[in-house]
Amino acid sequence: MAEPMRIRATMAGNVADVKVLMNHPMETGARKDAKTGQLVPAHYITTVTATINGANVLNGGMSGGISKNPYLGFRVKGAKAGDKVVVNWVDNTGDKNTAEATIG
Amino acid sequence: MNALRRNVLKSAAGAGTVAVAVAAGLLKPTLAMAVAPRSAFEAKNVGDAMSAMGGGSPADSKDITVKAPDIAENGAVVPIEVTSNIAGTTAIAIIAEKNVTPLVAQFDLMGGTEGFISTRIKMGATALVRAVVTAGGKNFTAAKEVKVTIGGCGG
Repeated sequence: MAEPMRIRATMAGNVADVKVLMNHPMETGARKDAKTGQLVPAHYITTVTATINGANVLNGGMSGGISKNPYLGFRVKGAKAGDKVVVNWVDNTGDKNTAEATIG
Repeated sequence: MNALRRNVLKSAAGAGTVAVAVAAGLLKPTLAMAVAPRSAFEAKNVGDAMSAMGGGSPADSKDITVKAPDIAENGAVVPIEVTSNIAGTTAIAIIAEKNVTPLVAQFDLMGGTEGFISTRIKMGATALVRAVVTAGGKNFTAAKEVKVTIGGCGG
């Protein structure tokens, strides 16, 4: 299930602008399948972490209230071009994914 | 010997209670700010979510901007941007007040990350989108109403 996650990180002055697009259905568990009428089981990202050059910059928790294929944007002061951004997520089924990018 | 065994059992049960209390957000760990417990994300109303994440009753602040559309035609994808100009912002939580589980996301920011989060949320109905910002151990809040034409929470 580990589909690619995309990260774009660019410098704007002395602040790194990081944009992450995760690939995930984000099912709340409250939606019914249109064909079968059965509830679609909950399947959503519960935690997200981001590091820059190994130092933790963001720890996040999510519920099924985040839209499908979650987008997350944040800004980190003091980062430099060439620094490595790593983003990890874990979902409620224990599935996880990692992606990295270099700040450009 | 039996008395000792009783004591051991008792203290084990005691420790278990503390762990449960911490997990339920009743006791706030004094060490590093942790991401809100899962119970906060599962809370069915704003008050329960706030107390589970240790939000208390936050003070309104004009230094927080919640950028969101006035009208969201599709409640499944509502872009939200929260900017906190409060110095020393360490966490931002996003709450859609009328959602079945109002706490949508919570982010702890550290290591130079500014008081800014941009994401997309689902909204079940027209409601206030509330940002709760933690700075210097205190909580602040600001909200913006988003009118939802078609709810996006399914069910």
